[in-house]
Amino acid sequence: MNTDRRAPTGEPGNPDFTRRGFLVIGTSTAAAAMMPPLAEAQAPAAGPSVMTKVSFNVNGKACDLELDTRTTLLDALREHLHLTGSKKGCDQGQCGACTVISRGRRIVSCLSLAVMHEGDNITTIEGLGTPEKMHPLQAAFVKHDGFQCGYCTPGQICSAVAMLREIKAGIPSHVTADLTAPPQLTPAELRERMSGNICRCGAYSNMAEAITEVAGGIV
Amino acid sequence: MKAFTYERARTPAEAAAAASRNPGARFIAGGTNLLDLMKLQIETPAHLIDVNGVGLDKIEATEDGGLRIGALVRNTDLAADERVRRDYGVLSRALVAGASGQLRNMATTAGNLLQRTRCPYFYDTNQPCNKRTPGSGCGAIGGFSRSHAVIGVSDACIATHPSDMAVALRVLDATVETIRPDGSTRKIPIAEFHRLPGDEPHIDTVLMAGELITAVTLPKPVGGKQIYLKVRDRASFAFALVSVAAIVQRDGTGRVALGGVAHKPWRVEEAEAELPQGAKAVTARLLAGAKPTPENAFKLKLVERALASVLAEAKGA
Repeated sequence: MNTDRRAPTGEPGNPDFTRRGFLVIGTSTAAAAMMPPLAEAQAPAAGPSVMTKVSFNVNGKACDLELDTRTTLLDALREHLHLTGSKKGCDQGQCGACTVISRGRRIVSCLSLAVMHEGDNITTIEGLGTPEKMHPLQAAFVKHDGFQCGYCTPGQICSAVAMLREIKAGIPSHVTADLTAPPQLTPAELRERMSGNICRCGAYSNMAEAITEVAGGIV
Repeated sequence: MKAFTYERARTPAEAAAAASRNPGARFIAGGTNLLDLMKLQIETPAHLIDVNGVGLDKIEATEDGGLRIGALVRNTDLAADERVRRDYGVLSRALVAGASGQLRNMATTAGNLLQRTRCPYFYDTNQPCNKRTPGSGCGAIGGFSRSHAVIGVSDACIATHPSDMAVALRVLDATVETIRPDGSTRKIPIAEFHRLPGDEPHIDTVLMAGELITAVTLPKPVGGKQIYLKVRDRASFAFALVSVAAIVQRDGTGRVALGGVAHKPWRVEEAEAELPQGAKAVTARLLAGAKPTPENAFKLKLVERALASVLAEAKGA
């Protein structure tokens, strides 16, 4: 998918070839990365743009945007609001790297249009914690080494935060033995409920330890 | 993705009317399937009607003791509803067997019914597909067809319907309620809602242009042991190779529907008379006239074994 990829600039230290710039080139094409910014987050041959205004709240901050109707929530967050914590992995809802929390529920932001979120409260990884003041799950991921390359991590953590709330709310899963009893966070429940987040490095066991440790104080 | 205009409808009638004003429009609710297909330009609506604001998000008791499920009730909320968990366990089980936690939070009851096949030839725009491009042929027939339908197929299409939820609704005798652009409403039995491919596989359901699903109703609970068994290539977040939705009563009678084997949830009421005789007898009736490919003939045996497992569970517990 050809997206609005700006040439890599603005990173401290090495503006010529940053890690983020490398990722940009790696996930689209070098040519697309070096082109001037396109007006919209879609291929230029796809017809004239239709612009629509949308307002929502991201991490406690009101955001008023005018977007091409085609803009996904993920592209709005990354390309327009420059919240690049949420990642574009598969862009088709299968990997979970773009997971954010909207209206209290975890969703894949790549399969949702930004204009469908008028008035919504959205939380991304940037809203959960900061390097100085990490969310307990972020701290637990660091402590248990719950990642390797880190690309899936923001989605994993957003997903896990909301997943623990789902258990608390009594929402059953495929492995819940008794549909009428409150579900518990067993290892099998954790694995099933996190199956929408893929980690190609295979750091699952450490993530499970991190989530289990934090859940001890929540569930 | 092709450019499109966008509007938010405030009522079901307004949404249906908007659809009639905009030929080529699509309703969007969860968007988990439609947006995916739009990115691939398999779906190219010129106009989207966002129905998320039209209400229809409640689960209410009906006068005859059943439930009316609003079209926009999310899969998570339907699976978690106390009444559904208690009285319609097969539906709750089918829902949580599908997709991922994130997708179930987005996907709606109506959208789940309307999702398109996951046939890889439908998804690959370089391949022929009568469902995507009528008249272009079928790449799956004679191609890689391990995941495809074994019964109710045609020479034009061997795609399966991917929904788990719809299989449970079929065994529960659900009814789909709709509103049309002229404001009239109708009730469609779930058995008649999805079509077999025939020579028009591009038409998945009996819905007419601009017709909007408003609710799915369930008759009063029938009790019994309610089981949904999904057999797939990995333990979670995968479509069914074969699935069995069953309601088995204490005397051994019951109902059974299959997923992953046909263009629609597959149920043959006459076969259910064989339930006390066991899985082999039921399967023989259920899949009579099956036309598997060499690659998916294993599904016939898999259905029998999955059903045997379900019947053993029903008896044992």
